[in-house]
Amino acid sequence: MAIPKKALAFLKQTGELSSFTGRFFSEGFRPPYEFGEFIRQCYLIGNKSLPLVGTTAFIMGMVLTIQLRPALISYGVESELPFIVADAIIREIGPVITALIFAGKIGSGMGAELGSMKVTEQIDAMEVSGTNPFKFLVVTRVLAATLMLPLLVLLADSISIIGSFIGLNIKGVMSFRLFMDDIFQYLDFTDIFPPLIKTFFFGFSVGMVGCFKGYFSDKGTEGVGRSANSAVVVSSMLIFLIDLIAVQITDLLGFN
Amino acid sequence: MPTKEKPYKSDEVVIDVRDLSISFGSHVVLDGFNLKLHKGEDMVVLGKSGSGKSVLIKCLIGLLRPDSGQINVLGQSMDSLKQDTLDHIRARVGFLFQSNALYDSMTVRENLEFPLRRHWTRMDQHQADDLVMEALKNVGLEETVDMMPAELSGGMRKRIALARTLILKPEIILYDEPTTGLDPITGREITDLMVDIAEKYQTSSLIISHDMKCVQHTAENIAVLLNGKCHAMGTYEEMLSSEDPFIRQFFQ
Repeated sequence: MAIPKKALAFLKQTGELSSFTGRFFSEGFRPPYEFGEFIRQCYLIGNKSLPLVGTTAFIMGMVLTIQLRPALISYGVESELPFIVADAIIREIGPVITALIFAGKIGSGMGAELGSMKVTEQIDAMEVSGTNPFKFLVVTRVLAATLMLPLLVLLADSISIIGSFIGLNIKGVMSFRLFMDDIFQYLDFTDIFPPLIKTFFFGFSVGMVGCFKGYFSDKGTEGVGRSANSAVVVSSMLIFLIDLIAVQITDLLGFN
Repeated sequence: MPTKEKPYKSDEVVIDVRDLSISFGSHVVLDGFNLKLHKGEDMVVLGKSGSGKSVLIKCLIGLLRPDSGQINVLGQSMDSLKQDTLDHIRARVGFLFQSNALYDSMTVRENLEFPLRRHWTRMDQHQADDLVMEALKNVGLEETVDMMPAELSGGMRKRIALARTLILKPEIILYDEPTTGLDPITGREITDLMVDIAEKYQTSSLIISHDMKCVQHTAENIAVLLNGKCHAMGTYEEMLSSEDPFIRQFFQ
């Protein structure tokens, strides 16, 4: 039986992405290091996504609280609302929503930027200037995305909790101190660390896919557009897959 | 360039290409191509679009690996070169890209400093500034030093790209269609600049072009590329009087 063309193309892409990732590990940790460019990318990636991540996190926290409140009142556990919302944010909503926003903002940006650099021969120009473009462009961006996303998630979690506090005080009354006490009475390290660890993988996959799509972009403006678009689609899909694997692991380890 | 005497010209071969073949899938681009560029010589490779001219110069600088054949640049064989030796050769060979390849995210100054910082790592800011200004002065665009490439016109971008190529004072300059996409006046300015630069820095040039005005002003010798092979070789005048129907098409 012949393999359908689409399946073959998917397998080919998967193979190429795997060898691109392999190249990251084989070249990325060998000197000379592009430390200056790495710091610049950290600043650009972190700084560029902060307003968007902050706004969405604030809204998510507020909306979740307002929506959950009636259900918790009917069960008579309204006092548990701060912890339930905070736990949901820290374990799942914060990391996943932030990673998806990050994929939309940074992943597509990497796909488009590297794609247009490839089309306008800037990557070739870099190579003839005695620079390894893979190290300069790919390794720095992937590392920066891997390190910046967890920081953004920590910030987003905190902003979401503030949003939740404000959401709770729209209809009810609760002091900030009582609100925080309620959260930290139940919250422990197993609530915070496993979700934080998975965000490193989320960031890595967004960086890797964005750079891969841009680096192997087709010629022409259409090719660049396609790179940016598929960078977001593939990395969003990977975020959910990683999330699924992460929850199985934490479940096996008894952290859920 | 073709009319003037060049005291720096010699019989020393700086680029030697033998039996170069390269194909992409089933499409054969170069099929046993031969070429010799001497020190101080300015040669044009003439051919139709898609005939493999750009592929040829990308092979010369190591951006593409040929399937078979020998390439010697400045006495070094380009196959199986170690990365640092390859970088050393690349510092001595300038490459002007067809699309200019200026880094969009950097200012003109940063664009020009990029190859300097990469090849000559032990350089202080003062020296780098002097070299940047000298390169910009050569192309008459000192005032653009802190501008972004997007703010420049097509001709200015080409000049800045040429300045970036010149900043390392290369011995050979490879031009990939230097006047394509420019109006005739700007094209002529770039051609004159190429002639001036070759004289000032005593470079050898390999120019890929099908703009006959540019070819006329820059070429001492012309190599005609057809079906992946060197179809003919000669001076501009020889080509102009050629009876070959393919060559005649360029001059009509």
